[in-house]
Amino acid sequence: MNWKTFTALLRRDAHVARRNFIPLVLQTMLQPLLFVFIFGQVMTRSGFMKPEYKAMLLPGIMAISMLTTGIWAVSMPLISEFQFTKEIEDRLLAPMKIEWLAIEKVFAGMIQSVVSGLIVLVAAWLVMGTNVGASFGNPALFVAMVFLVALLSSAGGLALGCSVGQTQIGLLFSLVLVPMIMFGCAYYPWSALKSFPVLQIAVLINPLVYASEGLRGALVPQIPHIDTWIVLAVLVVADAALILFGLNRFNRKAVL
Amino acid sequence: MGVDIRTKELRKIYNSPPPFAAGGAMIGAARSVRDKKQKKQKAEILALDGVSLDVAEGEIFGLLGPNGAGKSTTVGILTTRIKPTSGEAWIGPHDVWRDQVSAKMLIGVVQQRPNLDFTLTAREILIFHAAYFGIASSERVRRANELLDRFQLQDRADELARGYSGGMMQRLSIARAMMHDPQVLFLDEPSTGLDPQTRLLLWEIIREYNRDGKTILLTTHNMEEADTLCRRIAIVDHGKVIARGTPAELKASIPGGYLVHVRFSAAADGLGARLAELPGVTEVKAKGDSMDIYADRGGALVGAIVAAGAACGVDVADVHISEPSLENLFLHHTGRSLRQ
Repeated sequence: MNWKTFTALLRRDAHVARRNFIPLVLQTMLQPLLFVFIFGQVMTRSGFMKPEYKAMLLPGIMAISMLTTGIWAVSMPLISEFQFTKEIEDRLLAPMKIEWLAIEKVFAGMIQSVVSGLIVLVAAWLVMGTNVGASFGNPALFVAMVFLVALLSSAGGLALGCSVGQTQIGLLFSLVLVPMIMFGCAYYPWSALKSFPVLQIAVLINPLVYASEGLRGALVPQIPHIDTWIVLAVLVVADAALILFGLNRFNRKAVL
Repeated sequence: MGVDIRTKELRKIYNSPPPFAAGGAMIGAARSVRDKKQKKQKAEILALDGVSLDVAEGEIFGLLGPNGAGKSTTVGILTTRIKPTSGEAWIGPHDVWRDQVSAKMLIGVVQQRPNLDFTLTAREILIFHAAYFGIASSERVRRANELLDRFQLQDRADELARGYSGGMMQRLSIARAMMHDPQVLFLDEPSTGLDPQTRLLLWEIIREYNRDGKTILLTTHNMEEADTLCRRIAIVDHGKVIARGTPAELKASIPGGYLVHVRFSAAADGLGARLAELPGVTEVKAKGDSMDIYADRGGALVGAIVAAGAACGVDVADVHISEPSLENLFLHHTGRSLRQ
């Protein structure tokens, strides 16, 4: 393995990310923060929602921004770079096995996902003010959850980025991302769906459900959530499956 | 120490239309192969049909052929970008498809279409490219400066390459390929889209790079380019090598390579037969008072033609001599013009 090449590619991605930092932040964080302000402040302070809603909302918002950032950061460049201009070719010719380029992209996406998750966590906390009720009782669990969710988003980005063409980006958003966010148990706990039994089972294919419920278990364990061990197991399996699928698609797309 | 390039019986069948960058234009020219066993007939495109090449170290070798001949596919296979259906490709001691990383260390590639990293500036493109190849930081900056100067890109070196004109992108692509000082340089139609002045600059740079013992494989459909730059040429058409050798050898291989077109003051009986008997003449075609004389000589024949005319009582009114060219050669081998 050629680590010099790998780190040079990471530096390149970091350089591009730095250059696009402000638009990226606005793009991925504005919406969750506005949501936090309206639901975590306006609605709770005016009494339309219980103050406990803040604790419920915090991990969900963090999960949404981690997932969308990772998916976006990996899939969008891939989709455009694999277009006929083949911008990625230069990096495919770098002296390294091409799988490592995909792994580098996933790694870079994970970093962006974690950074955005942490920024949103802090910012949402500040926006909502007092009585959020989050605890870091189990830091190891929190770290493991953040790692698995970041990998989930980034590997998902790889799989999507290598499966979707430029013309289908609009569809990707309206058909994949929006339903994923709405049915992702980010704005409500999974247990809240018990009066919709079919839906409650159906949403289990949505990766955001595990991200939200997992972070809920790590940050606000007092709120009902899916058993942490089940979430961890599902995330590990989903991460592995997405990585394998994504690498396979990447290889097929990269070499004719 | 130079590095050679070898391929053995390369075949490539595309199951789906190849993307433009890998010679998409070949779709029209390549013939379809149909697998009878499959219920639903799937069109397959045979892009390469047993191409064997042997490029010596330190040589400038040209692949000459029309669009869709298989030139870009050959380059794609040699540069790890296209997986051959069968056959072998070697860069120096490395089998390209068994030891990709070692092969990639030795090569620099300029694709037909500028595939620059459009999120970076020109200087960053060069510097990051060198970083991928593990070149030290100060050396990267020095080389980038040198190449930006050489390719006359220094003025706009710190602008995003996205805003560059086609010719500038092409120059930057070539500079990038030279950044890590590769032993072997692949240039896929390098002068396409360049103005004549820049083309001359490019040729000079290619020759200069070759002088250091670097091996260069270039593809072109420009006769002049192949003729002036390459030590040896392989002519490819429909995925096969149809002729190879030095430009001079190839040109000499056309029977009666020179074409002398003569117009006489009037038509004369027996003149055609007399001209056909001149030494070195292989064929004479008469059209009224004009004669197309195919011969192995050009100017040296004019005196004898004038004398033959005088003997039949007519004067020479006009003479035009076409030298043997690769264009004629291609026409001779394929029955088609390169520009078709």
